[in-house]
Amino acid sequence: MEHRSLPFTLFIYATALLLAAVILAPLFWLMIMSVSPATQLTAKPLQWWPETFDWSRYQFLLSTVENSAGAAFVASLFNSLKVATMATLVALAVSVPAAWAVSRTPAVGWSLSMVILTYMLPPVALSVPLFMGLAKLQLLNSVFGLALVYLSILAPFTTWLLKSGFDGIPRELEAAAMMDGANLFQTLRIITLPLATPVIATSALFAFLLAWDEFFYALLFTSDLRAKTLTVAIADLAGGRVSDYGLIATAGVLAALPPVLIGALLQRALISGLTSGGVKG
Amino acid sequence: MSGTRLTMRAWLMMLPLLVVMTAIVGWPLLDTLRLSFTDARLVGTGGDWVGLDNYARMLSSSRFLDTLSTTTIFAVVSVTLEMVLGVLTALLLNQAFYGRTLLRALLILPWALPTVVNATLWRLIYNPQYGALNALVTQLGLTTDYQSWLGQPASALTALIIADAWKNFPLVALIALAALQMVPREITSASLVDGAGPFSRFRHVTLPYLVGPLMVALVLRTIEAFKVFDIIWVMTRGGPANSTRTLSILVYQEAFSFQRAGSGASLALIIALLVTVLAGVYTMLIRKAAGSSS
Repeated sequence: MEHRSLPFTLFIYATALLLAAVILAPLFWLMIMSVSPATQLTAKPLQWWPETFDWSRYQFLLSTVENSAGAAFVASLFNSLKVATMATLVALAVSVPAAWAVSRTPAVGWSLSMVILTYMLPPVALSVPLFMGLAKLQLLNSVFGLALVYLSILAPFTTWLLKSGFDGIPRELEAAAMMDGANLFQTLRIITLPLATPVIATSALFAFLLAWDEFFYALLFTSDLRAKTLTVAIADLAGGRVSDYGLIATAGVLAALPPVLIGALLQRALISGLTSGGVKG
Repeated sequence: MSGTRLTMRAWLMMLPLLVVMTAIVGWPLLDTLRLSFTDARLVGTGGDWVGLDNYARMLSSSRFLDTLSTTTIFAVVSVTLEMVLGVLTALLLNQAFYGRTLLRALLILPWALPTVVNATLWRLIYNPQYGALNALVTQLGLTTDYQSWLGQPASALTALIIADAWKNFPLVALIALAALQMVPREITSASLVDGAGPFSRFRHVTLPYLVGPLMVALVLRTIEAFKVFDIIWVMTRGGPANSTRTLSILVYQEAFSFQRAGSGASLALIIALLVTVLAGVYTMLIRKAAGSSS
């Protein structure tokens, strides 16, 4: 390792601290707001640390008393969960065979490029026909309709990720199994899929995150408790006449928890994915 | 098995994906194209054929041109900010120091935070009466009056860009860091022995490894920034006085608020075309960069 001068070392620690502060300050503030008494959040000068920790908002938002604001929030939480889970499962079901086929048969690779190109399309370019189509099928304001639309975002992404995963599994292993008399289905089940489990799991988590994060289609295609997702519920809160800012912050913390936990879990996969995808281009 | 049969089997396995994508991307895209030549309303009758009227009206309206320039400013400034902060962060994290692993782990947090939550968080921070930013600058003695950061055309776009950059620079940093770790130690040491200063070392040793990955990050982030909707909708809805209205917000207003599906569709396709051209130009640049650095 190269030798560093003392001022340079100090400079490195100073910038590292600054960076940590820049990242953490807004996040800490969100958490502090969620547990500060309401009067303190509107006090001038603003107090930065709560005198007493007020956890009642969490209880309020997670309560399931009928017709309460909490019940509405919990409903949107479950809608998000349902939509994201359904969309992720179907995305994997269609993209695992497709990704394997493209990985082993380069002749059909151009069709994957076309699928991935759809990533560039702004959702607004599809939104009007999708709205009219869902209306015709009676799938507006339905978790099924929304999950179906989400496939347009999730499936290209998982196919791309899975394809590079399958590329890393030697064909020779499959060929050897075939040689021993296994048919294609057996080979995939016994050899390929077990080896691909990590990349399939990673794809599933990424897909879930994408669906959990989605806002535009949810805003357009859902209108009440039956299908409204968490992102729409929070945007409603933020844009509405809620006078307790701590409540908005609490909803934010609750919505952020699952993806932040998944993010922590995915850290290794995310970074290695960036290395292979980003560096090789 | 013969090549043709293998290809047939591959198509068969791709069929479910292709059917789904045709139904929810291919067909809607074609239908948007059809709608863009009509005066269809969002609800009700199909509308009449009006040829290129929608396009002509959109492209010549000041609404479109203003929105295009707002979108371009948002995209260029926020992406530039993200690239610069991202590279600087990566250079820092490529040094050895205590707490480096922890700091790298922290970078995941803004990335994982849902966009809508990020927008809500910054909206609270910028709050004109009780926001943390107002409290901070007042308590530090920088100003005496509370500002309506999102309520004034002069500061709203800047405030949005900061919120967007905060969430997205960590991703650029992680990409750049991954690239930096590919630079072989021997080359760095050799250049040190040759007496290269820090800047010439960055320019001639480090930068060639960074160019390719950074270009990929640049393309992805620019495409995203041109399509931006969520953060703006939650923080300002395009206001005040349309000063933060981007192209996607304009399509939303046109097609869904005013229910003019036809002209909304034409506008959506203009954006799609812009993004495609942009991505095409970038891809050419990447090929060039990859060719010159290897």
